Amino acid sequence: MEILHFDIAAPTSAGGTRAMALVGVVASGNLEVLVERSDAPDRCAIEISTAAHGFRDLWTAVAEDFVARRAAGGLRIAINDGGARPDTVSLRLAQGVRMIEEPEA
Amino acid sequence: MSNTRQSWYEAGARERIAALVDPASFAEFIGPERREISPHLSIFDLPTQFDDGIVVGCGAIGGTPVFVAAQEGRFMGGAVGEVHGAKLTGLLRAAKAVARDVVIAFDTGGVRLQEANAGEIAIAEIMRGVVEARMAGVRVVGLIGGRAGCYGGGGLIAGCCSTLIVSEQGRISVTGPEVIETNKGVEEFDSRDRSFVWRTMGGKHRTLIGGADVFVEDDTMAFRDATRAALARAPKLDGNTLAAEQARLERRITRFGEASDATDIWQLLGIDDPWAIPDMPATGFATLADTYRERADDAR
Amino acid sequence: MTPAEILDSLFPAGHAVTAEIDLLFGRGMLESGTVHVIGATGRAPIGIDQAIRLSAAVLEITSIDDAAPILFLVDTASQRMSRRDELLGLSEYLAHLAKSLLLAEARGHRTIGLLYGGSAAGAFIATALACGTLVALPGAHPEVMDLPSMARVTKLPIPVLEEKAKATPVFAPGLDNLVRVGGIAEVWDAGRSLSEQLTALLATPRAGDDRATFGSAQHGRTKAAAVASEILAVAGR
Repeated sequence: MEILHFDIAAPTSAGGTRAMALVGVVASGNLEVLVERSDAPDRCAIEISTAAHGFRDLWTAVAEDFVARRAAGGLRIAINDGGARPDTVSLRLAQGVRMIEEPEA
Repeated sequence: MSNTRQSWYEAGARERIAALVDPASFAEFIGPERREISPHLSIFDLPTQFDDGIVVGCGAIGGTPVFVAAQEGRFMGGAVGEVHGAKLTGLLRAAKAVARDVVIAFDTGGVRLQEANAGEIAIAEIMRGVVEARMAGVRVVGLIGGRAGCYGGGGLIAGCCSTLIVSEQGRISVTGPEVIETNKGVEEFDSRDRSFVWRTMGGKHRTLIGGADVFVEDDTMAFRDATRAALARAPKLDGNTLAAEQARLERRITRFGEASDATDIWQLLGIDDPWAIPDMPATGFATLADTYRERADDAR
Repeated sequence: MTPAEILDSLFPAGHAVTAEIDLLFGRGMLESGTVHVIGATGRAPIGIDQAIRLSAAVLEITSIDDAAPILFLVDTASQRMSRRDELLGLSEYLAHLAKSLLLAEARGHRTIGLLYGGSAAGAFIATALACGTLVALPGAHPEVMDLPSMARVTKLPIPVLEEKAKATPVFAPGLDNLVRVGGIAEVWDAGRSLSEQLTALLATPRAGDDRATFGSAQHGRTKAAAVASEILAVAGR
């Protein structure tokens, strides 16, 4: 497995009060995204575990795009990747942020 | 609550639990944030999942507290590894300890190959957990209608449950179609003949021979309603139950032992046009099945 | 060892065990009393016909209130892989056999599996692994799945799998591996009297399902015991 770490400056903090959100599943072409809160409201930490080696540049681009476009500050995100395409990754990240901002049930 | 039908087959483990239990009643044990992952998949350079492919916890169904477990059939085919299995074992032991019923949403290909020895023993521990809980008066209701079906050790665990609720997609067997074909040849079992596979192992056939108790539509609300009804049945597993099951399974061999296809069995049950069964809609089938099928009732 | 040799060594005071093709039924005498004997032998697969015959015997023993132990001799293949067995619901027959053994145990009949040959997959679960205590003789060779099949599924060459198997007992076939993950409580000494070893085992009370604890102590299953106990502790409150 290849493990990638990103710690990116995040202009906008995530809202909501939920402690945790989980979206997706580890299957071929899919991934799971676990979103939790961190102590740094202006940073977004992302850790990726993937069996597809050698795609650091692609992950960097997807992660930076995500943090720039979404309210990702104060989040730490853990990803288990089953070989998802970049558009699927972006979709799951967006779903994860949306879910952690949802009102608590 | 929406009125749109949600497919049980398409839903994931967490969606199934959400559909089964009362709103906001579910609390997970050892959730994904704990990252209690398989310690073995890395040997094979395979990705892990934070819940190891099973969600276990407590909730309420119609106000009654229950324990719930749901396997995720999309992660490694829902296969049972060390952690996955231990979560279910722990839940069943708790069920016995506090006398609380258990609902298990199966979706599994059986033992996880990459940790086969651990998974195999886990299945044995789970079966013991189910049986000991049942002997103490706990109901263990199994729901089967997912992508991965309920194969291998999963089929054996299902065979220990008090009530099985299935949809047409709910395939139950020990050996999977591909494995039979690989070992015994395509003449014995053609795994690519989809209609043959489904009429041999699918929910309709299992309902008709008494291998499953309740047939429902592929709809999460139908599973939920049937679960509520199953939780109202008297719990029982004792010598009489197993004596009745022995008689039931002996009778099945006597009655159907020479049949070479599911349709032969359905004909022997008295169904005029067995070849119409596979295409029959769920409600029509359930009505017909009620008239002709073998029942397990207090013999499971 | 053959079943006859095993029975002679187990029960020097005498035994009356008869064979029905590959299945055994009967009883043996220990100094401490009678032992019921059943067996699945000849490395034969366990299909519905075998399973239903075995469960009938177990339930018959269970209906006798003698609290005598049941010794289950096991040397099987896997479950029978056939269209007929699956059509008729093999999963129910295997589960029923396991349930019968568990009921017998709950009724006070200690259940001892003695694995002296092979056993695999669903047949292993429904016979040997459904006993309260599982012991083995040297040379027994349990397997969940053989390495060639595993190579096919994992798409890894057999030598690679063999290399990986040196580092972990968790997936590869074999007695040592099953012992290390906690599936087998004792490996008996074939050179010593089996009667003495069985008597000693029966004199030691069984303390619930301790397979995960045993597997953890031998670093074969490092997580199972802790995960199951934590859930029991949290959920059982």
